[in-house]
Amino acid sequence: MADGRTFLATTEYRTVGEVAGPLLFVSKVKGAAYNEMVEIHSADGSVKYGQVIELHGELAVVQVFGPTAGLDVERTKVRFSGEVAKMPCTVNLLGRILNGMGRPIDGGPEVFPEEEREVTGSPINPWSREEPRDFIQTGISAIDGLNTLVRGQKLPIFSGAGLPGNELAAAIVRNAKILGGEEFAIVFAAMGITRREAAFFQESFARSGALERVVFFLNLADDPTVERLLTPRCALTVAEFLAFEHDMQVLVILTDMTNYCEALREISTAREEVPGRRGYPGYMYTDLASIYERAGRIKGKPGSVTQVPILTMPDDDITHPIPDLTGYITEGQIVLSRQLHRRGIFPPIDVLPCLSRLMNLGIGEGRTRGDHRGLADQLYAFYAEGVDLRRLVAIVGEEALTDMDRLALKFADAFEQNYLDQKDENRELEQTLELGWKLVSMMPKEAIKRIKTEYIEKYYNPEYAREFAASEG
Amino acid sequence: MIEGTIVKVSGPVVSAEGMSGAKMYDIAKVGELGLIGEIVRLDGDTAIVQVYEDTSGLRVGERVLCTEEPLLLELGPGLLTSIYDGIQRRLTDIAERYGDFVVRGVSTDALPRDRRWGFQPLVDVGDEVVEGDVVGEVQETAHIVHRIMVPPGIAGRVAEVKEGEFAVDETVVFLEDGTEIKLYQTWPARVPRPVKRKEKPTVPFITGTRILDTFFPIAQGGYSIIPGGFGTGKTVTETTLAKWADADIVIYIGCGERGNEITEVLAEFPNLIDPKTGVPLMQRTILVANTSNMPVAAREASIYTGITLAEYYRDMGYNVALMADSTSRWGEALREVSGRLEEMPGEEGYPAYLATRLADFYERCGRAVCLGSDDRMGSITAIGAVSPPGGDFSEPMTQNSLRITGAFWALDTSLAYRRHFPAISWTKSYTLYLEQIQDWYSKNVAEDWRALRDKAMSLLQKEVELQEIVQLVGPDALPDFAKAVLETTRMLREDFLQQFAFSDVDAYCSLRKQYLMLKVILTYYDCLEEVLVQGVPLRQATEHPIKNEIARMKEIPSEEAEEKLNDLLERVQRELRSLGEW
Repeated sequence: MADGRTFLATTEYRTVGEVAGPLLFVSKVKGAAYNEMVEIHSADGSVKYGQVIELHGELAVVQVFGPTAGLDVERTKVRFSGEVAKMPCTVNLLGRILNGMGRPIDGGPEVFPEEEREVTGSPINPWSREEPRDFIQTGISAIDGLNTLVRGQKLPIFSGAGLPGNELAAAIVRNAKILGGEEFAIVFAAMGITRREAAFFQESFARSGALERVVFFLNLADDPTVERLLTPRCALTVAEFLAFEHDMQVLVILTDMTNYCEALREISTAREEVPGRRGYPGYMYTDLASIYERAGRIKGKPGSVTQVPILTMPDDDITHPIPDLTGYITEGQIVLSRQLHRRGIFPPIDVLPCLSRLMNLGIGEGRTRGDHRGLADQLYAFYAEGVDLRRLVAIVGEEALTDMDRLALKFADAFEQNYLDQKDENRELEQTLELGWKLVSMMPKEAIKRIKTEYIEKYYNPEYAREFAASEG
Repeated sequence: MIEGTIVKVSGPVVSAEGMSGAKMYDIAKVGELGLIGEIVRLDGDTAIVQVYEDTSGLRVGERVLCTEEPLLLELGPGLLTSIYDGIQRRLTDIAERYGDFVVRGVSTDALPRDRRWGFQPLVDVGDEVVEGDVVGEVQETAHIVHRIMVPPGIAGRVAEVKEGEFAVDETVVFLEDGTEIKLYQTWPARVPRPVKRKEKPTVPFITGTRILDTFFPIAQGGYSIIPGGFGTGKTVTETTLAKWADADIVIYIGCGERGNEITEVLAEFPNLIDPKTGVPLMQRTILVANTSNMPVAAREASIYTGITLAEYYRDMGYNVALMADSTSRWGEALREVSGRLEEMPGEEGYPAYLATRLADFYERCGRAVCLGSDDRMGSITAIGAVSPPGGDFSEPMTQNSLRITGAFWALDTSLAYRRHFPAISWTKSYTLYLEQIQDWYSKNVAEDWRALRDKAMSLLQKEVELQEIVQLVGPDALPDFAKAVLETTRMLREDFLQQFAFSDVDAYCSLRKQYLMLKVILTYYDCLEEVLVQGVPLRQATEHPIKNEIARMKEIPSEEAEEKLNDLLERVQRELRSLGEW
């Protein structure tokens, strides 16, 4: 660090040639490094930070984390730090509130880092990764029963404007537990969310007594856009530090990734790059991967990083580049439905497009229960059938249906009202499985094809369903 | 050595001056860390280098060294069971030496030098050898014999032969002109390895997956693509194929995909036993893992690394299966580097040479007569996953791949949503290999295989048409014969096409069992038709409990299939027909 400071004093430039949007073009620069951090002193004495994003001979292109208003060509001074962006890491960050670049803003004591780490991180060697296998109970049936989250997974929530993605994330944070019972440390990175949303999370964590286990990174909607490009990286650097140096189970919530991608597009446009789909840069997949792939476990280390990123699907469009590229990188997705939300179902999880790729590793005999996989598949199959039939009924009327079809319709309704809708209830896995068997028992035994015969013998009980169906009626 | 200086840094693309004498695709070491890169453009004495590692911290003025050699792969014993990154660095070695994260500027020997291999010579002093001739053998893994070949372009008379234990870089055969043949050879990754000639594929590539083997089979030496939106099961299909496919060697390229998926393969393969050889699947596998967060330029190279390894084993006379998951990420890497080079973009920002590069890659597959005087045959079968944005197949990667490949296994999002796996659409998929391999099927599986397959396909097609009517008038309005079709296709879909990749019994289905299962279902249909003609109400026929036995056919192990399914077949005929007699 001492070297860095001397370097800092010697390389100050007043050679800003151009300011364009969030970019600053500094000329006659010698020895600047790619991705190096810079300090920008404007004429009025205020200090901003920036990062070198391109070097061309003696010209350095700097992206400024903050508004470029007030910067001029003549008097602005640029100091090169000689270092790439680093994040001071310490276990004492738990319970603190930091800005989007990782500097404390809660007025608390100064942070003395145990270690300073480069925020870009390095990829985990695939050979060193440990297979994620431990079931995390979230207390939400649609997740635990059908799209199980496991330790070290990255499972995003695809929300929509006005849909309760944040509420769902808060519920997961509140309830999440591993079978061993160990508690999660939470790294929370807010990117461009509103003050109200931030307050919601703070209150929710306070209520569940989790505040002292949370590292809060706050980049609010009115904070500099470009700063958002650093926020998830700072957050994940801290998460990796806590997980792999301090053996903690870390749950990272990133919200809202849509705002992050907007910032990425803004910089890309300012650099006049060739745009990809909908103006987002062609390297967005790689860029998002450098964030999402920082989840996982490492052989021989007890800690883990589990990610639950939240993003808003523009116009609820799952094929929009942001959810699309995210889905290609993450290990599944939890998709929220406006239709279910309007009907007052919470959480309004549209299970059909949902997926957890690591589910099979985390469930089954010895982890959850042997019938878990088959039961989930069977619930899916019946529900999908029922949903399909709803469309048919709208056209031809219920009279034209077969008895089996009518049952499937009834099943779909019962599934939504009993299995999906759970309000604030925190369900144990056994409750979720039991509920699943109640629903499956509504259907005739021969129709059950996804579950092994031995489990059907053990758990299938039409009596159970009749009683259950009656309580509905 | 040519030495230049950095003048420009933009992401993975670095320009260096003073590089005159450097050639296209030479490997360069960039900056003080010695980051590995490849020269992709020359302009006067300026060379543009795509760097295979993160370029953070590089400064203008740092030096660039040109090695004056292209990206050379080491080919020799020790490849199998290894896990490499996109430029053939051993990830196990990097983990041991540098810890759990992949740090920059490191290099490793692709083949361990400290391991010694027992070499059994097959030539004598005085023998004439030509390129491709096998000079000796090394037992590489429990059932794979590694044939040490005369490298392409070399021929002569043997002057000295050694026998015993050697490291890969020791010479085992000397030719009279002084040429030394070592246990390993090197080959530039971007250049196809030569063969005598390519042959027409005639033998099917058996996968054990019903929808592929029965409906859309490919040949050994063929290539197919699997496009599908996220969550439709591309990776599960690729790994299922890697597990059960009928190949001697499997090369699995994880190109820009998830780290945890590679981990799954690494955890699973050493414990899975190859049904043919009885040894763990890992013993026939090489993994090339360049996950999505590893540098983008190395991702571009990983495809070539994978195919070169495949060619090397093909040259030994093996049937190699190459799984590339996902070729779209490779295309995107091309696009990203092309954008940084400020090339004129083609469709959706992809470079105009995308189609050429794809064709070059897929054309390196095929069935071939290998170099060498014994005319041995080898093949490379490639299966490339494609990840179209938004699941829209009209995008350039899918369309360009389609123009080249011989089979199209389209994954369908709506099937995946209802957990119909494998979610391969029977209406959109196709194969062009049917004519070439049907003889093999009629000889080795059953005479009427093709007839059954076509009949099942036409029933499934008919279902699509009937479903349209049902959407308008409801299922009750259909005549009984149409309902019988729907009943049968439902059976085909649920009891035949659906196959659970993680099941103990059903993950691999033998060809005979596939055939018998199909025969049972189609016989059921024939009998339904028969009794309907005799005036039996459909409902009575379909309520017959034998239906439930058909639904459980999957659970019959392959070795008992012949007996049990023939019995079931016979009972289907007898019991359903007895309804008519009544």
